[in-house]
Amino acid sequence: MRFTKDHEWVAVDGDIATIGITAYAAEQLGDVVFVETPEVGKVVGQGDGLAVVESVKAASDVYAPISGEVVEANGELGAAPETVNAAPEAGGWFAKLKITDPAQVEGLMDRAAYEQYLSTL
Amino acid sequence: MSESDLKKTPLYEAHVAAGARMVPFAGYSMPVQYRDGVLKEHLWTREHAGLFDVSHMGQARLRGVSPLSAFEEVTPGDFIGLKPGRQRYSLLLNKKGGVIDDLMAARPDGDGLFVVVNGACKDNDFKVIENELAGQVSVDRLEDRALLALQGPEAAAALEAHAPGAAKLAFMDSAAMTAFGVDAIVSRSGYTGEDGYEISIPASAAETVWNTLLADERVRPIGLGARDSLRLEAGLPLYGHDVDDMTSPVEAGLTFAISRKRRDAGDFPGAARITRELAEGPTRVRIGLKVLEGAPAREGAEIADEDGRVVGKVTSGGFAPTLSAPIAMGYVPPALSAPGTRLKVIVRGKQQAAEVVAMPFVPHRYVRKV
Repeated sequence: MRFTKDHEWVAVDGDIATIGITAYAAEQLGDVVFVETPEVGKVVGQGDGLAVVESVKAASDVYAPISGEVVEANGELGAAPETVNAAPEAGGWFAKLKITDPAQVEGLMDRAAYEQYLSTL
Repeated sequence: MSESDLKKTPLYEAHVAAGARMVPFAGYSMPVQYRDGVLKEHLWTREHAGLFDVSHMGQARLRGVSPLSAFEEVTPGDFIGLKPGRQRYSLLLNKKGGVIDDLMAARPDGDGLFVVVNGACKDNDFKVIENELAGQVSVDRLEDRALLALQGPEAAAALEAHAPGAAKLAFMDSAAMTAFGVDAIVSRSGYTGEDGYEISIPASAAETVWNTLLADERVRPIGLGARDSLRLEAGLPLYGHDVDDMTSPVEAGLTFAISRKRRDAGDFPGAARITRELAEGPTRVRIGLKVLEGAPAREGAEIADEDGRVVGKVTSGGFAPTLSAPIAMGYVPPALSAPGTRLKVIVRGKQQAAEVVAMPFVPHRYVRKV
């Protein structure tokens, strides 16, 4: 798993990347009450808006950590947005992307670097 | 404003110790939530008792020869008719009939009028009152007092243990009393739609009172996040969002704050506009919306009619924990304001179905008779 400073994670399986937000981000957001996932087929660039998570209090953007084409969105979150809080780095994933540029993945933090980054916040 | 410029209430250390997430609000560093989070804090208040620090709000005594009649010069309320021991919700109005702030004014004792205004507005409010009523009243700000709110169905029992007599107050009663061993001003009122109290105490006693109440297992600390979702469900407008200095009380659905006597006399600021709107109807009115699909519609989202024509804007909105659904308040033309009217809210470019519903969204549970 790789991580961004905006607290997204990326898990790569072949040329497909699964994207979610970290436990830290989920805790900061508080109780998630709605998730807007992207349409399949949408092409996103690195840093583009990929999804929106809404807590009771506010809406927050989730950015694409890498460029790619959306091949699947997590339909379970429609009925169970709280999964983002319960299992942020597993069942709470937002979308799967077909990776455009594998080098972008290499540019992200590994878990040790991300945890080091969290300790500075 | 940088973090270091933020003011602190007397309970700042207690909030941090309780695990609060502190945010800037009305010039203060205030708790937006504690460890439980907004959702649980909201539901706890509806089921038990929630304790809020609202010491950022402005407290003052208006003193003078006849502060009650003087106060009528800046508000549309019947303050001459305000009986000892009673509190009234009122509006500070400008000459164009807009709302400078909404406020509570009470007679807890024989010492003039006790006024509580919004934190973000307090400096301006008290300046306006001082200027408009110069020579008639003195505005004595009570900067050395804290203000707590205890709200929810178990609030009365929890407070009565430390404030004997509190349970005998009815909704909108106000009394000066000894509570927690200090001089307190207690009113049965609040901003959640639940039964509950607002408690003014000396700042020096704030932490003791706070901890004493929290020692009761029925009471938990509640942050500004849940305060906002609770008041939204209760259909209560938030000044600076749902009401501002351009909004008239008629548009905002606050005509109950204009007393019959004052309405007939037309002797309050902005009476020309307000009287005309009362007779002919305003061009827009505040409504409640239930969002029937999709994301919560928040402040600034456009409201459209069924044909997609933009007819107004959301002024507050979010997810209603009690209803498990998104709700909103906003303004639309009166022709589209009847409950049951189908409208749309536009969130991130998407039109979502919504329906006008009567407010409050969640029934009030005020204790009007004791």
